[in-house]
Amino acid sequence: MAAKQEAFRLAREEKPKRGAATARPVKAAAADLDRVIHERTRLAIISALAVNDSLAFSELKQLLRVTDGNLSVHARKLEDAGYVGCTKSFSGRVPKTEYRLLPAGRRALEKYLDHMEALIHATREG
Amino acid sequence: MSSFQPRPTRPAEPVALDDRARDNIRFIRETMERAASFTAVPGWGGIAMGITAAGAAMIASQQSSPYGWLVTWICEACVAVAIAVWTTYTKARQAGGAILSGPGRRFVYSFAPPLFVGVLITLLLARIGFVGAAAGVWLLLYGTAVVTGGAFSIRLVPLMGLCFMVLGAVALFCPWSWGNAFLGAGFGGLHIIFGAVIARKYGG
Repeated sequence: MAAKQEAFRLAREEKPKRGAATARPVKAAAADLDRVIHERTRLAIISALAVNDSLAFSELKQLLRVTDGNLSVHARKLEDAGYVGCTKSFSGRVPKTEYRLLPAGRRALEKYLDHMEALIHATREG
Repeated sequence: MSSFQPRPTRPAEPVALDDRARDNIRFIRETMERAASFTAVPGWGGIAMGITAAGAAMIASQQSSPYGWLVTWICEACVAVAIAVWTTYTKARQAGGAILSGPGRRFVYSFAPPLFVGVLITLLLARIGFVGAAAGVWLLLYGTAVVTGGAFSIRLVPLMGLCFMVLGAVALFCPWSWGNAFLGAGFGGLHIIFGAVIARKYGG
């Protein structure tokens, strides 16, 4: 009996898209997920900035081993989301771009971490 | 009920999510470690400090009076601080300038108190004419400073602190005449070894 019920439950969970009610946990998880920082490069930018007051464009590039174009596109997305602040200045004649994490960005990272922990927890109990 | 399974096999989808979540957390942690270690004390500075300390150990061993010995090591401490400040400053400037703010400040705040205690205890030992015990005390307190200061840094830094503490603890229970050798092994040897690893693995 127990095994049969278990098998039934598993079958339902394997196809989360079918029944709206049973699919909720997974679906909700996907919906709540912060797409802005879920992407790897952006997650790395946020993580690196979380342990530094600010990092220059060149430092981030070196640290994350990404191309200029890649970094600026992703940094721009984080700026647009209000997660990262950016100040441009000149040191001598060389333009310098400094990034720092804004409070909203820190909250987003914390929420993301909570979310990941909740996922691990949920599957461990399930 | 022979088919009863005490632990159900996990459904495929959540296991994948679970793994991905774990992987994401690991990724965040590794990035943070790398980003923080990027700003840590420069390895080349450690090597330079180790070399001057080895030199100081040789000079100090030739001093006839305990005060000559003490003065030699105090001079070495000043040289080491100068090297540390200079190399950290250079590394910070190379990296973009703003590095000394966050982790740097935290490092100094947790690094300074044990060193301050070390200075006071040295004064006390000099006052009661017990300078021989200084070697173990210095190694212990410097180790403490590195452990607390490096708590937020890469794991290698607190590990170096622990080595210093072990050396200091051993030195306290050995003949005082061995103190100079312990200092040479600690401030010379440990600095050079860990400095070389940091310089090679964590960008200078």
